[in-house]
Amino acid sequence: MKINGRVCWTVMGAALLVSTSARAEVTAFVNARVVPIESGGKAAAEIEKGYVVVEDGKIKEVGSGEFRGTGATVIDCAGKWIMPGIVDTHSHVGGIGGADNSATIQPSVRVSDSLNPYDSGYRRVVAGGLTTINVMPGSGHLLSGQTIYMKMRMFDGKPAARMEELAYRDERGNILGGIKMANGTNSLREPPFSGTRGKSAAMVREAYIKAQEYQKKWKEFDAKVAGAKTEDEKAKLKPPGRDLAMDALVEVLEGKRIVHHHTHRADDIATVIRIAREFGYKVVLHHVSEAWKVAPEIAQAQKDGVVIGCSVILVDLPGGKLEASQASFETGAILAKAGVRVAYHTDDWITDSRLFLRSAALGVRAGLPRDLALRAMTLSGAEELGLEKKVGSLEPGKDADVIVLSGDPLSVYTHVEQTWVEGRKVFDRSNEKDKLFAVGGYGAGRDQEPYFCCFGQ
Amino acid sequence: MKTACVMSVVSAVVLLCGAAMGQDLAVRGAKVYTAAGKVIEDGVVIVKGGKIAAVGKAAEVPLPQGVKVLQAKVVTPGLVDVRGTVGVSGLFNTKHDSDQLERSAPIQPELRAIDAYNPMDALVEYVRGFGVTTVQTGHAPGELISGQTIVVKTAGNTVDEALVKSPSMVVATLGPAALEGGNKAPGTRGKQIAMLREELIKAKEYAAKRKTKGEAKGEEKDAAAGDEADDKKKDKGGERNLRLEMLADVLDGKVPLAITANKTQDIDNCLRLAEEFKFKLVLDMAAESYMLTDRVKAAGVPVMLHPSMARAVGDAENQSFETAATLQKAGVAFAIQSGYEGYVPKTRVVLFEAAIAAANGLTFEQALASVTINAAKILGVDARVGSLEVGKDGDVALYDGDPFEYTTHCVGTVIEGKVVSEGVH
Repeated sequence: MKINGRVCWTVMGAALLVSTSARAEVTAFVNARVVPIESGGKAAAEIEKGYVVVEDGKIKEVGSGEFRGTGATVIDCAGKWIMPGIVDTHSHVGGIGGADNSATIQPSVRVSDSLNPYDSGYRRVVAGGLTTINVMPGSGHLLSGQTIYMKMRMFDGKPAARMEELAYRDERGNILGGIKMANGTNSLREPPFSGTRGKSAAMVREAYIKAQEYQKKWKEFDAKVAGAKTEDEKAKLKPPGRDLAMDALVEVLEGKRIVHHHTHRADDIATVIRIAREFGYKVVLHHVSEAWKVAPEIAQAQKDGVVIGCSVILVDLPGGKLEASQASFETGAILAKAGVRVAYHTDDWITDSRLFLRSAALGVRAGLPRDLALRAMTLSGAEELGLEKKVGSLEPGKDADVIVLSGDPLSVYTHVEQTWVEGRKVFDRSNEKDKLFAVGGYGAGRDQEPYFCCFGQ
Repeated sequence: MKTACVMSVVSAVVLLCGAAMGQDLAVRGAKVYTAAGKVIEDGVVIVKGGKIAAVGKAAEVPLPQGVKVLQAKVVTPGLVDVRGTVGVSGLFNTKHDSDQLERSAPIQPELRAIDAYNPMDALVEYVRGFGVTTVQTGHAPGELISGQTIVVKTAGNTVDEALVKSPSMVVATLGPAALEGGNKAPGTRGKQIAMLREELIKAKEYAAKRKTKGEAKGEEKDAAAGDEADDKKKDKGGERNLRLEMLADVLDGKVPLAITANKTQDIDNCLRLAEEFKFKLVLDMAAESYMLTDRVKAAGVPVMLHPSMARAVGDAENQSFETAATLQKAGVAFAIQSGYEGYVPKTRVVLFEAAIAAANGLTFEQALASVTINAAKILGVDARVGSLEVGKDGDVALYDGDPFEYTTHCVGTVIEGKVVSEGVH
């Protein structure tokens, strides 16, 4: 069953599912203030004293009052708060690298081929209560590659050995992720990169038009295959050549891959929407420093099904580059008021995963309603990754990704005490190893295999 | 006619003197934290002519007639940022507003911050909105000796109006951040120290020569008589060398040398160097200082601690949210800085950085002291700023709750009795 002490996910995935469901593993978090976010598709109020029961990695029940069930491992959370594991829609943790300098549009590059699961950044991620993260390549290209949606699993208290163990997958086992695009100034460079905004847009449109043609060729081929009367006739049909970059863009055109788009200035945001409309793909607007100027336009694009929502970066003050010089704490509040779905992101290392809740709290400082701020950290983020059926709220049937906090999630004095993924604890602040990553200290900055193997010896 | 004329002259005079002389104001707070004793419940701070005239319980301190009264739930001294680069590294991060680091040579202590500070930079206004009234700003880490710093108020239209102290420190950097590329020196830690020692030995000789020549002319008293006298003496001391002059001032103990060092060996190198040359050392950033608190404490060296939220990357990879608490416990003098940021965000806000320290082991009062009185002491400006005490500048920050809480707002900032920030931040 195990290779090097870890379950080999790809080979044994099916077997694992069977074996875990054979023995019911039930945990009840009781006497907590529960923040369910949503219940049955509607916003759910915080439960002053309640419980969450998880079974076999899924949430089984959320209730108020005393927990009266039996047969569960009970975790008393008196005085604590419980909320869903946090979703980060935009992170760069893991020593990752996407596209190189040879071209500005590189859809075939997968960030998943570059990440190091031992990177200590992932230990800080769980210390911040983050259980789902979208790891993306950078913004120095118009299209820098495929992103990966990661689940912060651990195995027998150890980090995963391979990124496959951390990936979200669809029903057929495919690794899930979006595609990273950028406009504005980060991607403007010498050729073969674009040098102006006009050129940037032209290059993106050319790429998607090429993808439409490629898609058409394959559709025609598939139709011919379907229409073939004999096996012999079918065998004679020649498929169009396979193009990995075009494959990825076709997935975007078909809505299978969400575009995660770096964009700051108001006119750049408008350009993202214009091009997404033209090609009919779905986009999440990331960073959006000047979204507060075009909130109604974004809201309309969301109504039209072009924009899924905004993922806001909240930094301590504007600037650092021209396109972020008018960033504001108020962006989240203004967008929410206009009816735009709002999530936040760490952009880790721009902001620290351990302090991600701070983004929502500063959003509240600038007028974002509290319930929307907590939704922004969880369900709204899940929706922007297309994972809302699996995570983002404490609802029966969803993954048991749960965090236990020492107090109000939006207070500076609150610490994440425990992080659970699929019903298993992946972070415990009372454990000295874990605390090292939560607060930092000597040895916290290194790749963690040597550290984990030798701690305390 | 005549009366009107006189009136306008008077008001013009008042306006002209406003910045320099300060104004009258009273600030009342449900809680007044003075950074000089216990919290005062329902307290008041009276500012006259820009200086604090009285601090106490509102019931016991009479309000001067007709004085403007500001009110807030919580009142603290104006915050003092012990080390930042606002006004020198600008908001846009473009060539035209980035003067924090000259890369033409590794050792340039002659670069004055006073010649680079832009009081109009939007970052200055921004940090002022969060209660920051005093900041040490200037040259950033990144070269072996990158230049000087100054202490300014976060108001004023010119550097002269803003200035509190110049130069306040000479700033140096050890470790990877100050290594040069290619075949340029310094390329290693060993070379960094070798170069610094060589330069300090030259400065020592220069200082000795300066002193001998000064004494020969019977002018040794001038040393304590201010810059002008200093300049005169230096003129008469023969050929001037701005670079060695500045370092000689460091060796004479007139100006501290702040050294940016994060790794243990770099911090240890700072201490060894200070022992050898007997200059006033201030440790800057000091991410791993928790590893040698005993050494730092024994050396009596103060620490301008990295922002609590400094990124755990590069030579700060082992930084800890709890270092402030560790230094506090060890009895090391420290203050929390905003630091230098090369990208986004372009600077940090000490209010936010102290908040993280308050959530990780410091008490509220200790965290407040780390961005008020303790910072002022390290900068040698505590006679003027850093606490709400009679005779000090009327620099006050107002909040609608616990200043460190994420969802609390700074609702006013006062510098020398003048409201310099209003609204909700």
